[in-house]
Amino acid sequence: MGEAQTDKDALDVTQAFKDSHVQEVLDGLDRELVGLQSVKTRIREIAAFLLVDRLRREVGLGAERPALHMCFTGRSGTGKTTVAMRMAQILHRLGYIRRDHLITATRDDLVGQYVGHTAPKTKEVLKKAMGGVLFIDEAYYLYRPENERDYGQEAIEILLQVMENQREDLVVVLAGYKDRMDTFFSFNPGMRSRVAHHLDFPDFTIEELMQIGEMMVAQQKYHFDEAARETFRDYLKRRMALPEFANARSVRNAIDRIKLRQANRLYTHGGMLTREELAHIDASDILKSRVFAEVPDLDAPKGSTGGEEDLAR
Amino acid sequence: MRITQGTFSFLPDLTDEQISKQVEYCLNQGWAVSVEFTDDPHPRNTYWEMWGAPMFDLKDPAAVMQEVTTCRKAYPNHYIKVNALDSTRGWETIRLSFIVHRPKHEPGFGLARQEAGGRNIRYTVHSYATDRPEGDRYSTDGGGPDVGR
Repeated sequence: MGEAQTDKDALDVTQAFKDSHVQEVLDGLDRELVGLQSVKTRIREIAAFLLVDRLRREVGLGAERPALHMCFTGRSGTGKTTVAMRMAQILHRLGYIRRDHLITATRDDLVGQYVGHTAPKTKEVLKKAMGGVLFIDEAYYLYRPENERDYGQEAIEILLQVMENQREDLVVVLAGYKDRMDTFFSFNPGMRSRVAHHLDFPDFTIEELMQIGEMMVAQQKYHFDEAARETFRDYLKRRMALPEFANARSVRNAIDRIKLRQANRLYTHGGMLTREELAHIDASDILKSRVFAEVPDLDAPKGSTGGEEDLAR
Repeated sequence: MRITQGTFSFLPDLTDEQISKQVEYCLNQGWAVSVEFTDDPHPRNTYWEMWGAPMFDLKDPAAVMQEVTTCRKAYPNHYIKVNALDSTRGWETIRLSFIVHRPKHEPGFGLARQEAGGRNIRYTVHSYATDRPEGDRYSTDGGGPDVGR
């Protein structure tokens, strides 16, 4: 156990990190996801930890495989599913799962309607997810305390068993709103203790939402003019105040509707169109939104016309 | 007598790792995989009992291995095989089928003669195991059903 041996066994962390190609995934995460700084930091930490753990095992220091089950909490549209997909890639590249696939399941996929229906259903989903990541959206719906005959508990038990006994085969990610997830864990302490990483996804700020919006618009080969940009900011501010606001998802839906209005404007206008006109979104496309009519002002609505179905999530 | 039917049956028994690799190949081809068992290993017995429905949309062999393991626990003295079903032509066709588990003791087959008209003799193979009732054919005591034969 001398110096010499330590030197001979020395492992190159940088090289190992490079070989795993995890950096590309982390870069992709930085590029594609606006904001979410705390989440990105946590993921970086987890990736580093897993890499070191792998190196430790290579030299025989490793004990058991670390628990990898995670819980993502946050409001809707904060990027939980996207991050889960990235996580699957990271885990795959570091060799913790055999495939980088992600199976999404909700209560309906796991819980049956009558006696004896739940176990086969849950097992089937688990089998499909084997080797990869199982993402359970709104996991708290699995447990219904108000109904003691609910079959959700059965699904939870099977899930727990697999989470414990087949850690090599499957990583489970639970997702949902923070407060409800906390209640869920308080009723199912077994579940909490098996989940190693709890990541909280904060809501986006207005600046981040603007950035997301701009990115989406650019990706679809449209562009805002200056007035439209300001109107869109104004729109987002009002939209954020609404109870059903779903962060990035609302931005995407808003843009889809803006595209419809733009198309309609061009169509009604008729005549010849230039390439520029086809890509251009002006303030009037955004101002037609019902949000301007219903949510009274923050600055001063400039001629809201109102009347469109625009409150869908 | 060691029964040889299905793919790989002239090779030594596959290890779990080898089975898993074969299943992985099947899944990569987009085939559904099923597990079946029987205690009537006559070569013409094509209808083995199904251990659950065939498994569709799997990505990883771990799920199949899990079924094989539970089936082995439930039927330690039966034959168990894994089938791969290909649906590219619009119906499910067996593409690969191999035995993954067999009883410790296999008594084998005897030749049965039947005298027919005109001094003709008809021959058939008869599995010693099937002399005993279903479920009782390959007992766990290691002696096999042909003790005292």
